Amino acid sequence: MHELSICHAIAGIVVEHAGDRPVRTVNVRIGQLRQIVPDTLVHCWSLVSQGSTLDGSRLRVESVPARVRCAGCGHTWTLSAPVMLCGQCGGHEVSVLRGEEFLITSLELGEA
Amino acid sequence: MGRFHWHTDDSTHDDHRHSHDHHSNDHHHGQDERIGDHSGYETGTRRVEVLAAILGENDRLAAANRHDFDAAGTHVVNLMSAPGAGKTALLRETLRRLCPTLRVGVIEGDIETSIDADRLDGLGAVVSLVNTGQGFGGECHLDAAMVRSAIGRLPLDLLDLVVIENVGNLVCPAEFDVGEHRRAMIFSVTEGEEKPLKYPIMFRSADLVLINKVDLLPYLDFDLELFRRNLTDVNPGATSLKISARTGAGLGAWCDWLSAPHPPWPGAGRPAERPDAEARARREDVS
Repeated sequence: MHELSICHAIAGIVVEHAGDRPVRTVNVRIGQLRQIVPDTLVHCWSLVSQGSTLDGSRLRVESVPARVRCAGCGHTWTLSAPVMLCGQCGGHEVSVLRGEEFLITSLELGEA
Repeated sequence: MGRFHWHTDDSTHDDHRHSHDHHSNDHHHGQDERIGDHSGYETGTRRVEVLAAILGENDRLAAANRHDFDAAGTHVVNLMSAPGAGKTALLRETLRRLCPTLRVGVIEGDIETSIDADRLDGLGAVVSLVNTGQGFGGECHLDAAMVRSAIGRLPLDLLDLVVIENVGNLVCPAEFDVGEHRRAMIFSVTEGEEKPLKYPIMFRSADLVLINKVDLLPYLDFDLELFRRNLTDVNPGATSLKISARTGAGLGAWCDWLSAPHPPWPGAGRPAERPDAEARARREDVS
């Protein structure tokens, strides 16, 4: 359950960027190749934010599908299972183009 | 948890509405040019771009750890596995073989006890224990800050090799760079052939997969070839070694791997997190 410690990390960054304005929404972007369960993260956010200056803020998770490319034939596709095998040529030299993101993208802030 | 949690669209998870809201009507699977553009936020609010790596602080500390390891000329391996796969038993046998010729340190991650650290006593290694138990339930992984505190208790300049024995867990430790040079994981044959597909992130992050307890193979229905196929599917570049910490089978090759010069670290941050990779991904989606 590392989502709890990850929420603490998110809270630290959010407080730094929000200044004295109340935080309404924290937008995060998480690639599907990351070991994060979005629903658990959202639940942990409510625990971490409770009683702090972030109380009442919401965490919104944007899930990014995993896009990969075969180095052998150039075929690019979106993973539906964690299998790094090219469906076109059977090659195993597959690089990840997208899906490992783990960012706070933006904050929605109220009036100070 | 730990399995792919995928939606067939680019839906979001939202703690207030508990429903999936969609950015726009004009996107489809795999194409989200509107990434980061969250419509529907309340009026009277101001949006501030942040674009900060959530594990940025951890990654900075991991880089500092790696810098210290490099400055001391110490090679560091992060050893991960499920609970009971045999990390401590393997470490005991490893220290017996390596300590006469190499100066070895061990960073021992354990949620509560010092049992594992005690088992490594008297084998010639310097052991630094990290209890991750502070806080509710204890942490299920080592992070860079915990390893940094453990480094302070190790005479790095006098060590050739440090093995970090992570907390037994196939999910969380894979997410945290702790400053290691290479990652090894132990998979034991009693765990089942499908584990790489169930825990792809962990298996994908390992440079070496040790297949432990092979002395039990005659008594199990374990299909080694199927396991290897599953491993190759999630991590085509992984090498694997059949070992038994109990009989000593394969431990020579494992010790050779530990003692070998390590390739340079590919660089902090995963490629897809870098802005250029993101721009490239956008171009891919458009083409």
